[in-house]
Amino acid sequence: MKSGSNLERILESGQFAVTAEAGPPKGSSPKVVQRKGELLKLCCDALNVTDNQTAIVRMSSLSGCVLLKEMGVEPVLQMVVRDRNRLALQGDILGAAALGIRNVLCLSGDHQKFGNHPTAKGVYDIDSIQFIQMVKTMRDEHKFLNGEEISGDVPFFIGAAANPFADPFEFRVIRLAKKVSAGADFIQTQGIFDMPKFIEWMKMVRDRGLDEKTHILAGLIPIKSVGMARYMRNNVSGLSVPKEIVDRMADAKEPKEEGVKICLETIEQLKEVDGIHGIHIMAVAWEDIVSRIIEEAGLMPRPVV
Amino acid sequence: MIIAEQKPLAEIQDMVAPYRKILLVGCGTCMTFCSAGGPEQVNELAGTLLSENKNKVIEKTTIPRQCAVKFIDRLENKVGDHEAILSMACGNGVQAVASRFPDKPVLPALNTQFIGVEKEPGVWTENCLACGDCILWRTGGICPVTRCAKSLLNGACGGASGGKCEVSKDCPCAWQEIYHALKRLNMLHYLKEKPQVKDWPIHPGRVVREDLRGEVLS
Repeated sequence: MKSGSNLERILESGQFAVTAEAGPPKGSSPKVVQRKGELLKLCCDALNVTDNQTAIVRMSSLSGCVLLKEMGVEPVLQMVVRDRNRLALQGDILGAAALGIRNVLCLSGDHQKFGNHPTAKGVYDIDSIQFIQMVKTMRDEHKFLNGEEISGDVPFFIGAAANPFADPFEFRVIRLAKKVSAGADFIQTQGIFDMPKFIEWMKMVRDRGLDEKTHILAGLIPIKSVGMARYMRNNVSGLSVPKEIVDRMADAKEPKEEGVKICLETIEQLKEVDGIHGIHIMAVAWEDIVSRIIEEAGLMPRPVV
Repeated sequence: MIIAEQKPLAEIQDMVAPYRKILLVGCGTCMTFCSAGGPEQVNELAGTLLSENKNKVIEKTTIPRQCAVKFIDRLENKVGDHEAILSMACGNGVQAVASRFPDKPVLPALNTQFIGVEKEPGVWTENCLACGDCILWRTGGICPVTRCAKSLLNGACGGASGGKCEVSKDCPCAWQEIYHALKRLNMLHYLKEKPQVKDWPIHPGRVVREDLRGEVLS
């Protein structure tokens, strides 16, 4: 075991993993995180705590992780290189290890231009792939980026993101391979709506044997309304929302129910795709729906390993 | 070439407000090529400032470069009579002039933007951050440090769409361009490598060439 985390144990035992997102608040109340933890703890194996998501300032990811951990929920610490240089990243990794956090998701981060401080100076000292490699070296060789020794263990299950839908399509798998060789133990993908494209991407992943070197968790974003579907189709970079999905939401008498149905159909299709080891649900501002989706997808109860 | 833009007129007027006699100096190289601070812009700015305030006395001149002492020396005879120098150089030129005439206020009329090229008439784009460690040989002649909004050395990120950067529909994704350039050059293998983290330069930079310092040293 690299970290001994629940997520690692479930994936390594060959079981289908379920994770979800629990974003911290734009404020200091611990209750928001705790409420999401309560809602999701029985239906998920670990919860991702986002890191100034969409470049909007929120309670720090590490604090959110500690709040979850205190209530017995396993967190995944999301960390972006947008806001921290190599010193801060390594310092936070050590702090997270000391606080008992065992999963980390290494990301570039949404560009600061999209957030609520659009003229902030982006750090981008190292990139996400270099970050993955840095954490792996800290864990496996007990060494900082500069080669100096680290005292104590740095036991992390290292995650990375992959977007099968961004351009250039034929390059996406090359980049995934780089993340895997840098040390990504698990991958959480961008939300999937365009199943044919995802299936094509997964074939390229399997052709390179990457599904056997890392655990791929397929991303899902439950859609609440036709407005949300349209917004994601037109405004969210790197998301591919086919017209058919928007039409289904537009025609639905009960849009929320249709959104759940689309999500459940996607999960059923994903179960048939070779090389998928789990799902990751990003129900932004709709965390209440996650347990129902997981229940109706036949993924309850969660395994105890 | 260094690219700059003229400051908002109100800011320039604020800067020059305390002074009556002003030496307005254009720059004959980059600032002339990017139409920000050449002789033409010197004439325009002087005209505008005079039309707004008839009491001002503005002497106009343009030197080939404000970043070289041998050209700045040409201002020596003109500076004396003036209360301030309004420079239409990049930040580099403004500072070189200020350091040559430490007893005169030297005011910047421009905002320096970047090292770049003219993409089409009236459009300039940034190409080089002067990072001190050029990797263009492995990126198809396209700089990701400068032209990728996140300076990724292992791009492209997940935000590019339709060949454009998520930051602006007017901005091509540098990594998409790199991918196509390397494919064209049959050099795609560079994309599979993982470049080491970058040694960012310490600011302020200083380049020392011992081979050129022989006379100083001896």
